[in-house]
Amino acid sequence: MSKPVKTILAYVLLTALALTMLLPFLWMVLASFKSLAEVEKLNPFPTIWHPENYLSVFQQVPFARYYFNSVFVASWVTFLTCLTSAMAAFAFARLRWPGRDKVFQLYLATMMIPGVVTMIPNYTLMVKLQLLDSYAGLIIPAAFSAFGTFLMRQFMLTVPSALDEAAEMDGASPWQIFWDVILPMARPGLITLAIFTFMGNYGSFFWPLILIKSEHLRTLPIGMLFFDTVYGRQTNLIMAASVMNIIPLIIIFVVSQKFLVQGIQMGAVKG
Amino acid sequence: MSVTPTAMRPPVAADAPRTVAKRSSRSDWRRLWQAAPFVLPNLLGFLVFTAGPVLFSFAIAFTNWDLQRSVPFRWSGWENFSVLMADKDFWLYFANTVYFLLGMPVAIAGSLALALLLSQKLKGVVIYRTLFYLPSFTSGVALMILWKALYNPDFGPVNAVINSVSDFLHLGVKAPQWLLSTANLVGLDVEKVAFTGKQFGLGARDAIIIMGVWTAIGGSNMLLYLAALTNVPQELTEAAELDGATNWQVFRNVTWPQLAPTTFFIVVMSFIGGLQGGFEQARVMTNGGPAGTTTTLSYYIYNKAFEEFQIGYASAVSWVLFSIIFAVTVLNWKFGNKETTY
Repeated sequence: MSKPVKTILAYVLLTALALTMLLPFLWMVLASFKSLAEVEKLNPFPTIWHPENYLSVFQQVPFARYYFNSVFVASWVTFLTCLTSAMAAFAFARLRWPGRDKVFQLYLATMMIPGVVTMIPNYTLMVKLQLLDSYAGLIIPAAFSAFGTFLMRQFMLTVPSALDEAAEMDGASPWQIFWDVILPMARPGLITLAIFTFMGNYGSFFWPLILIKSEHLRTLPIGMLFFDTVYGRQTNLIMAASVMNIIPLIIIFVVSQKFLVQGIQMGAVKG
Repeated sequence: MSVTPTAMRPPVAADAPRTVAKRSSRSDWRRLWQAAPFVLPNLLGFLVFTAGPVLFSFAIAFTNWDLQRSVPFRWSGWENFSVLMADKDFWLYFANTVYFLLGMPVAIAGSLALALLLSQKLKGVVIYRTLFYLPSFTSGVALMILWKALYNPDFGPVNAVINSVSDFLHLGVKAPQWLLSTANLVGLDVEKVAFTGKQFGLGARDAIIIMGVWTAIGGSNMLLYLAALTNVPQELTEAAELDGATNWQVFRNVTWPQLAPTTFFIVVMSFIGGLQGGFEQARVMTNGGPAGTTTTLSYYIYNKAFEEFQIGYASAVSWVLFSIIFAVTVLNWKFGNKETTY
């Protein structure tokens, strides 16, 4: 097979596959503009477009509240995770102290334990601390990540120590070395961690499901589930809600693509 | 005090072999004092919300703790575990969990295929890569609700297409009931772990597997393979081609072995993730049904703990699940690690 033919075939295949990936999304967007009766028709395109479906979503359920809750909680979790992980990673990667390696092994060991195992005791702890059904209960347990520390440590280990030494000779304190030397160099890792943490928490389902009972504290995933359970028959509205749910993720992704791909490949390939 | 790893700085008098074995405890204290403010916030949170709960959960597994206090609390020893072993439901849900692993080889092979395709030197490859990664990146409740609508047997587009293609070609194929059906590809029965011809078909489990493959195929695994493929030394593939090897032979004998460490990593992580998964899909799409066929062990644990409040028993099941994951991981290491070192 000649080169040009191979190239054309490759493009055809790629396009066909990309369409397969996209079809559900396309259906979702188109269905969100349809009237309810039309959703079931074979023709994917609405004959009359109903953008007011999107407004209806906000009228049926407190969707704006759900949005706010998700962004609020995810932002706090991201901020706290990045801060504590970076600081701890610095201590593991750069400082030497008794027990350092043992403690790190403890971190590694717990990374393999399924989340369900810790959910139950964490729940009872929240009950004891009376943090059930609260923002604090959503944020605090999620803000301490063994994985985040692991990832940041990986990135920090790649920073050449010559920079530390130079700063040390200039009389810098550990905090200054952390803040002014290491952190700027480890910025790609920090951004990657921030993006993954935000997205992970934005879509977090299990924990908010068991923790939250009040409507005004529901995050988007729980709100979507509630919406689907109660108003599920109105597929067009449900699809509009789903679209709104996904858009922030798509925006984040398109904007930060390069970092993410690098981050994943670095985190795993370097092992 | 030293901020630099010993191996990376030039040798200094302090590195000379000491005759006294013990370090001064005063300098130990100083180093601890220095490291403390950095590591403590994360470490405390870790102890309170991760390490502590692990131990606590292990303890709870040996009690009959019921959050609704319908029976007096007591230490029940191994009772939870013996009940579990005899529990028909446990084995059914274990079988479900294993069944869901069927999608794994398909997804991994698919990721590899996509990566191979994307590593051709073509213009615009980045756009395609983005599109392939989209399902994985946006995965979550919203997409599951979307697929629930897609799979609607009477109104959803999947069956609409199947039916119209079948009518057009006069195939007479009856579209599957998907999420409403207990049928599956191996004929797994509903009441007990056995195989029967009556349950053969495409049902809820398969619907979820197909959705899972669509989500994962262009995801992180594909990216990992892409990175690994760029590390395959070109001299090897070129040498093979010069020796007259076909594309398939080059792949089989050069590329595939070079990808072995990546494949190993992906397989290990997929097992770990797959064995503890299925909860979100079950809760959002089917509530574990129909007739418990989409209930995986993690959904079972959720149900027992947070719908029935039997947290003693639920903890026991979660530790059994962890043991299974651990055993599988150890097996993977023993078996797979040999193949990846050369």
